[in-house]
Amino acid sequence: MPQIFPRKANSLPAVSLMGALGGGIVVVLVIWYYFSPRFTDVGYQPAQPVPYSHAQHAGQFAIDCRYCHNHVETSEHANIPSTQTCMNCHSQVRTESLKLLPVRESWATGTPIPWVNVHFLPDYVQFSHAAHVNVGVGCESCHGRVDQMEVVSLEEPLSMSWCLDCHRNPEEHLRDPAAVVQMGFNEEVRADGESFAAYVDANRARVEAEGIQPPQNCSACHY
Amino acid sequence: MATTSTYHDTSLAYPDGVPKTLADAPLVAGNLSFHDVTELVAGHTEKKTPLFWFFGFSVALFLMGIFGLSISYLVWNGTGTWGVNNPVGWGWAIVNFVWWVGIGHAGTLISAILFLFRQRWRTSINRAAEAMTLFAVACALVFPTFHTGRPWLDYWMLPVPNQMAMWPQFKSPLMWDVFAVSIYGTVSLLFWYTGLIPDLATIRDRATGLRQKIYGILSMGWTGSNRHWRHYERAYLILAGLATPLVLSVHSVVSFDFAVSIVPGWHTTIFPPYFVAGAIFSGFAMVLTLLIVARKAYNLENLITLDHLEKMNIIILVTGTIVGFAYITEFFMAWYSGVAYEQYAFRNRMFGDYAWAYWIMMSCNLIFPQLFWFKKFRRSIGVMFFISITTNIGMWFERFVIVVSSLHRDYLPSSWDYFSPTIWDAGLYIGTFGLFFTLFFLFLRFFPMVAIAEIKGVMPQANPHFYDHAHGDGAAGDASEATVEAVPAKSDEVGR
Repeated sequence: MPQIFPRKANSLPAVSLMGALGGGIVVVLVIWYYFSPRFTDVGYQPAQPVPYSHAQHAGQFAIDCRYCHNHVETSEHANIPSTQTCMNCHSQVRTESLKLLPVRESWATGTPIPWVNVHFLPDYVQFSHAAHVNVGVGCESCHGRVDQMEVVSLEEPLSMSWCLDCHRNPEEHLRDPAAVVQMGFNEEVRADGESFAAYVDANRARVEAEGIQPPQNCSACHY
Repeated sequence: MATTSTYHDTSLAYPDGVPKTLADAPLVAGNLSFHDVTELVAGHTEKKTPLFWFFGFSVALFLMGIFGLSISYLVWNGTGTWGVNNPVGWGWAIVNFVWWVGIGHAGTLISAILFLFRQRWRTSINRAAEAMTLFAVACALVFPTFHTGRPWLDYWMLPVPNQMAMWPQFKSPLMWDVFAVSIYGTVSLLFWYTGLIPDLATIRDRATGLRQKIYGILSMGWTGSNRHWRHYERAYLILAGLATPLVLSVHSVVSFDFAVSIVPGWHTTIFPPYFVAGAIFSGFAMVLTLLIVARKAYNLENLITLDHLEKMNIIILVTGTIVGFAYITEFFMAWYSGVAYEQYAFRNRMFGDYAWAYWIMMSCNLIFPQLFWFKKFRRSIGVMFFISITTNIGMWFERFVIVVSSLHRDYLPSSWDYFSPTIWDAGLYIGTFGLFFTLFFLFLRFFPMVAIAEIKGVMPQANPHFYDHAHGDGAAGDASEATVEAVPAKSDEVGR
């Protein structure tokens, strides 16, 4: 029988088998990382219509988050403040600033400022700020160190597994509701392992005492 | 070639005369030699494509166009374009899925179970039946895939790590389906392909140019050496062993989709064996439908003889009667259980809104196959073709009756409704015939439709003592020549 293929074709089955195996693993790993919100979404930092600095207002001036986002404790939605909230101060402070021109325009015409949403959740997810804030999930746990951001960017992936990480282990993330707006708190409690363990233990007791049961069923968020 | 006539003489294979019973009948008729079989089967992939093939293939492609249209319309608009409504959430999609999967059972039953039971007659039909199985499973998978409504999220059914931390619900029979059917499809494909390798090599050895290259790649370097055959036989046996439980498990798991629920008419323990019997019943009917036509069109009547068809008819008779017995058992259990809902469900089947479907099912599945008690009908091409068609109609209606008549009378009378399919239900169902026949016509054109190497193994010449009689006749010189002649010396006779 004549040879149809060269001798080196003998290695083809082994090579293709290994290639399929290796290729399969590579594809899974690539999708696992590059198709996840940790890669695609984190770091999203859209340009805002007004060069408003959270670093200055929330950091330097230490204005309480809830001064502007004043519905977080009562509403599902953490509201974007209206122009009126800005003008509470800026009708007297920096009234001539060019940077504030869009705010004054909005104030004069009654047209809202088109702030750009940074923290998107899919339409089929229901998330209540009030439920989280009142039980003691710090602002920074989801939004990062906003007090250090000139322009707000997305810090956390906001993926479902990321939500579940906390819902499954609430004791690692809860804090006293009074300290909910405190920035740098998470870093502080995690500074050394021993005190963090004590902190988690205390939280565990609290979770038990208050019956905090973050739901893990589908209809908790998808309804 | 003075000796050729010697080994074409059946009196040598059957010195005591041609056997009278079905069990002893020769598996290959027409006094074919090994080379004749090769010519006959491999030749169809080499000759000019016959006109009827182009005709059949263009019809299949036309139906395939309907398939493409229906799928596109479905994906664009969603499953609301189907006739499914509130109580009947599982309409034709599930009916068609179960029907196609059921048809897909014959191939593996023929190739695996009949192989393990040393049913040598399987060799004539196993290749085409396995191909049919694969194509039927492909058609079946279309329905649940698109019934999810968002097929691009179907990977949710696979245990793949993802950013949602979502994991399949392994408590759901629908998940078991995903695994049962995909494992079945994979093993069937491996089994079919393993069996194809020696035959693809035969075609390769007869081919030149690009054809030789393509069949060379497909036959994976098969040379027909003793070592290759040893590995091949071992692999084939292992695959047969793996496939055997799958024949029983796949349709059992499909039946769990129904049996695990609490819907009256579904919630019965008889479902797994009853579904498996029904699947074999419909699968054999489909094999018959295809082979009755193919053996005629491709002149394979010597390989797929009337005896083969008769044996398949016996299996249809047996499984059809089991299915009919299951129908009657269900009625007995409904009465005996004393559960009002169950009793209503079965009364409703017989006399309710879908009584017409029920009686189609009963006559096609239980009554018509009883004709096969008579040998005359078992050996009549016309009758068996008719029954193979009515069996497939009946088995489709069986699933229709189970799915629709049970669902349309919910526990809650306020939600009772009547299910009517839309044109898009019909379009997708007809479209899957396009997919099925397109694949089957390509198979007929490019692959050996009968297992060449295997069928040689059941021919009288394969018996090591086949030529001994010539020896005994005193023509010693001639006989030894004949023995040498019979050993396949040419390259196209790698194999046995």
